[in-house]
Amino acid sequence: DTSLAKQKTDIKTEPSTDGFGNNNANDGRVLSASPGSGSSTGSNKQTAAVTPEDQQTLLAVLQFLKKNKLIESVEILRREAGLPENSLDPKATESAGAGSGGAAAVAEDQPDVRVVLSAYSQQGDPTLYEVYYSDLKKFIETVLDCHRAELSQVFYPLFVHMYLELVYNNHESEAKAFFEKFSGDQECYYEEDLRVLSGLTKKEHMRGNETLLDFRTSKFVLRISRDSYQLLKRHLQERQNNQIWNIIQEHLYIDIFDGMPRSKSQIDAMSGSLAGEAKREANKTKVYYGLLKEPEIELPLDDEDEEAENEEGKPKKKKPKKDSMGSKSKKQDPNAPSQNRIPLPELKDSDKLDKIMYMKEATKRIRLGSDNLPSVCFYTFLNAYQGLTAVDFTDDSSLIAGGFADSTVRVWSVTPKKLRKVKSAADLNLIDKESDDVLERIMDEKTASESKIMYGHSGPVYGISFSPDRNYLLSSSEDGTVRLWSLLTFTCLVAYKGHNYPVWDTQFSPYGYYFVSGGHDRVARLWATDHYQPLRIFSGHLADITCTRFHPNSNYVATGSSDRTIRVWDVLSGNCVRIFTGHKGPIHSLAFSPNGKFLASGATDGRVLLWDIGHGLMMGELKGHTDTIYSLRFSRDGEILASGSMDNTVRLWDVMKAFDDLETDDFTAATGHIHLQDNSQELLLGTYTTKSTPVIHLHFTRRNLLLAAGAFNP
Amino acid sequence: MAEERRQKHCSVVLPTESMKAMAESVGVGQLQEDSCVALSEEVSYRIKEIAQDALKFMHHGKRRKLTTSDIDNALKLKNVEPLYGFQSQEFIPFRFASGGGRELHFYEEKEVDLSDIINTPLPRVPLDVSLKAHWLSIEGMQPAIPENPPPATKEQQKVESTEPLKVVKPGQEEEGTIQGKGQGTTTPDGKGKEKGLIRLKPRSTHELSVEQQLYYKEITEACVGSCEAKRAEALQSIATDPGLYQMLPRFSTFISEGVSTFPTSCLLNHFFTSQKSPEHICVQSADLRLSSKVRVNVVQNNLALLIYLMRMVKALMDNPTLYLEKYLHELIPAVVTCIVSKQLCLRPDVDNHWALRDFAARLMAQSCKTFSTTTNNIQSRITKTFTKSWLDDKTQWTTRYGCIAGLAELGPDVIKTLIIPRLAIEGARIKAVMEGPVISNIDKIGAEHVQSLLLKHCASVIAKLRSPPDNVEQYRTEYGYLGPMLCSHVMKARTQAALQAQQVNRTTLTITQPRPTLSVSQSGLSGSSGPRTPSIIKVPSSLTLMSPRPGTPSQPSPPATKYIVMATSAGAASTQQVITLSSSQSASPVTSTVPSATSTLQPLVKLEPGSGPGLTASRPLQKYIVVSLPSSASSSLETKSSVLPTSISSSSLDGGMKLERSESPGASTQSPH
Repeated sequence: DTSLAKQKTDIKTEPSTDGFGNNNANDGRVLSASPGSGSSTGSNKQTAAVTPEDQQTLLAVLQFLKKNKLIESVEILRREAGLPENSLDPKATESAGAGSGGAAAVAEDQPDVRVVLSAYSQQGDPTLYEVYYSDLKKFIETVLDCHRAELSQVFYPLFVHMYLELVYNNHESEAKAFFEKFSGDQECYYEEDLRVLSGLTKKEHMRGNETLLDFRTSKFVLRISRDSYQLLKRHLQERQNNQIWNIIQEHLYIDIFDGMPRSKSQIDAMSGSLAGEAKREANKTKVYYGLLKEPEIELPLDDEDEEAENEEGKPKKKKPKKDSMGSKSKKQDPNAPSQNRIPLPELKDSDKLDKIMYMKEATKRIRLGSDNLPSVCFYTFLNAYQGLTAVDFTDDSSLIAGGFADSTVRVWSVTPKKLRKVKSAADLNLIDKESDDVLERIMDEKTASESKIMYGHSGPVYGISFSPDRNYLLSSSEDGTVRLWSLLTFTCLVAYKGHNYPVWDTQFSPYGYYFVSGGHDRVARLWATDHYQPLRIFSGHLADITCTRFHPNSNYVATGSSDRTIRVWDVLSGNCVRIFTGHKGPIHSLAFSPNGKFLASGATDGRVLLWDIGHGLMMGELKGHTDTIYSLRFSRDGEILASGSMDNTVRLWDVMKAFDDLETDDFTAATGHIHLQDNSQELLLGTYTTKSTPVIHLHFTRRNLLLAAGAFNP
Repeated sequence: MAEERRQKHCSVVLPTESMKAMAESVGVGQLQEDSCVALSEEVSYRIKEIAQDALKFMHHGKRRKLTTSDIDNALKLKNVEPLYGFQSQEFIPFRFASGGGRELHFYEEKEVDLSDIINTPLPRVPLDVSLKAHWLSIEGMQPAIPENPPPATKEQQKVESTEPLKVVKPGQEEEGTIQGKGQGTTTPDGKGKEKGLIRLKPRSTHELSVEQQLYYKEITEACVGSCEAKRAEALQSIATDPGLYQMLPRFSTFISEGVSTFPTSCLLNHFFTSQKSPEHICVQSADLRLSSKVRVNVVQNNLALLIYLMRMVKALMDNPTLYLEKYLHELIPAVVTCIVSKQLCLRPDVDNHWALRDFAARLMAQSCKTFSTTTNNIQSRITKTFTKSWLDDKTQWTTRYGCIAGLAELGPDVIKTLIIPRLAIEGARIKAVMEGPVISNIDKIGAEHVQSLLLKHCASVIAKLRSPPDNVEQYRTEYGYLGPMLCSHVMKARTQAALQAQQVNRTTLTITQPRPTLSVSQSGLSGSSGPRTPSIIKVPSSLTLMSPRPGTPSQPSPPATKYIVMATSAGAASTQQVITLSSSQSASPVTSTVPSATSTLQPLVKLEPGSGPGLTASRPLQKYIVVSLPSSASSSLETKSSVLPTSISSSSLDGGMKLERSESPGASTQSPH
């Protein structure tokens, strides 16, 4: 079955990567710089060695292994792939090289580095590059206004590719001159990348540079209207400007659409990512964003509650009615995935109890809105000199966990109920297992304390997440592992190894059992707590995955990345179903709305973007923060979005209004060209400044009280 | 813009000399120029790469500051062994050196004596991580509590007071935007229309919420009430609370009215009860018994009340969130009154109003320092006032004392230009009182105080002005009657300066004369209640007030006291030292019956480390706590109750007091908020 095959390829490639790192420092660096390469082949293709391209890739890998005298690995790989013994003779090698060269031009595979780069070897006269570029610039400046903005998109990718060509062909001084002349023209949001480029002046530097490889292996995607494209094409053909035409043909993907050319603001809203915009067809897949039907649980109304409500003068019968109605409507939701689309763990008794608690709390929930703002309770971590790097609250807001740069994980109880460990095995034997309060008896009263520290990681803890049942805690760390901790014994149960590089974020599925992690190796992995290997590997991001979030229905996972894109992955198939571009900096926070329809994302650029998952559209832009947004959270009923940032503020946004105000028609929905209003100021409901505490986590309690957390930073 | 950016991108490459220097440091002698160029380019590129990766770690560490551990982690990513030994929370202090045509930046590694490290007491264990919850907002409104930033910053308050037309109240602004949402474009039009109209200064309303009114009542009552602990708390609140600006007009009126007239009868109750508490200043009871009137003002001499009000002024000035400029017209007259008033208490021969004058003078100096600008000219106006009344022959000794104290506190320059030239004249006047026929005891006491004040302030300045050989005769010719005494003071100041210079070298801590705070007990009656327990008065004060003349140890301090100073600056080892500040020789017999219970208290200066070395972020915190010990307890300190001056007139000044001071405001609280 497929997932098994995937795992196999994964195990196969990982150790070999390690091998390079240890045995051969120089080449190891090259490969280790793109650790995703091996695994991505595994996950993208269903089975190994089927298509000719794949075979070529394998041959290239084999060749590399052989060259580095890793005979055993060669043997294993060859056997696994079912290649003939003589596949590595010189002739075959040659064809392999040529083949993978072709592969590079065709698909997003990431074959041998040198082969990829060699695509730059074709060259024109280096002195003419400036002429070509300025010629095109002149042309674009003179076209009609309506086309200019669209055609200007070409500048940046062209500039980068031309510069790289110059560098690759050892025209260092020309490259420098070219860079200095035209780098100032580029859009300001590419500044980061330009800085990387400016440092890169030698052919040798190009090897092993991730950014460059990304740029090279993935085609830069531009969306241009048919008219504008024709204009450009005609111009280039007239001028016989083959150099530029070749680059456009080979390195750019121009997504042509029919209709009105887009305006500058529309383009700016969507651009900024490392590899251009998303192709339109990338966002065409149907996404079942609806919520799963809640299991029907009888809600026992205890007397106390009823009395309280009678006092308040509420009609008694309303509540159960409402609940039943709610579940009925969910049944009919056409956008919801089928209940067993992915297998979910069965509800335990304790889960049912928790659900009941949840519903009770939900009836006391405050309805928020622009005229009814939530109260914010701020939890400040004092004396966190070692650096607080991650925070999470349990859903019922009874526990706080903090991950610290000194590798510790700490859990606090914020209710009077103290944290207790389970008794030792010997003591447990003495307990009467038939008694009603056995769950209470197993706890060791002597260990009660307000907080517990858990040691185990060997690097800063960057991600932390409670399981929905509050029995487990996940933490991900710089040391490359994700650890599962028991909150009954306060010990580590499992260390999930696989990332090998820092794991920036991890999160439990809302139904428990599954969890997702993403890190520096540019892949996100889906795990189940009882498997030591990942069930799915989501690969496609061009840079570090910085944050991961589960969709409320647990069928999808969203990942944000340093390549400034957000991808939504289908847990069932492992495919990428949405790519959202528009951020101008690494994305550090994501949040799904409670109804599963919308996604909010925050980045280092201080902006929050809102997305419609079903249509794959950008819905709004919330400007106001002045620094990285580390935390986003929708209120329980989805009326209000709270954002917390490095700029020491918590801001509240009226997202309902943002969604309502957006003017959409069929055309915009079809093309994805949203005309965003600049109404951030109207949507901003409140700004609350802390004294000197960056806000790194937010959480709405079940009654819609907003909890925020951060470490005081004197 | 483009040019700017281009410069930023301009690839910076390490100089080839660096390569050479590094090569030499690892034993490669002759490195080819070409190799240097190639190396420097490669190295620069790799360094940039590592810096980029390190930035990732910084972002994920939720920090704005790149640390050495980020670099280490970035190196680990590249399978490179991290650099060990660069653990530092702060910047690494690279030192610069040049010579022989070379410029070098190097990391200074000091040689440390192991025995020093072993012998120094261990620093306190840093506090553990803890959680603290507070309300950042309650239903959309941010409560004005110390945990939250002040609702109106000093700048806002300033704008409000200087340009009231520009100000939109925070609340109104909020409403405006909320309402404005619906209308969208209408708001700018509205503003345009307003421009056409004549602008009237809006009547500013100072509405206080019920909570604020309650707070105001509590605070003012506690400040002038009888319970010292409560007062300390109240003053602490005034000095630190960020949300007081709305109450500021009330406070300033309270103070100014309190100085000129005694406001309410309710306060009297406190005073009547106060006579029961031994800690309390007892003169007031006497006052009140005598004055059955409800209105008590300065002439009726409630010394204690004045002291309390001055402490309120001080607390207000210490609050970093308040924009006091607007209320100086009320506060300064009140303070000046307390400095120069002819009579501040009912029995000037017994009561120690001198301390109040000293304290108020220091307050004045502090406000001159902070608020004096070229437009308001506070300092020069104040100086003129003081000088004028000092020059007047008819001025009473009390006022004279106040003027001199006020001037002296303004700093050595003022002493040099205004006081020292008049020493001879003043000396003659003192002589007339001291050696002439006894006219009035009060005059005599006044003259004594003026004399010791002059000696105290002038000695240090003269010590700096004149070169060492101190000739008594010379002094006599130059300064007249005061000359010989000045001479001995100056000499003492010099030896002390030398002594302290040594200690300074050792500890890098300068101790100026610890200022008595105004928890002054009026000695007389307190003695009867037996040995006093040291009253605990916290006066958090910024260094500016406490030692306007840092490091000049030459002032003869009234009582010879011994201080144990434990200094711990952040990151450094603790040291301990004993400083003896010798007493002034101007001891003159005291006419009052000063019981020695208070004066035998031995102040002990203890310095608490901020919160563990290396962990306090950027600024080193120093905290001094002066604790008075009963003399019995001080037996372990080898010296001197013999030196202890029961004889000195103002000795009661230093009675039971606790002085807490910190170099940076706010350092006194561990909690960050």
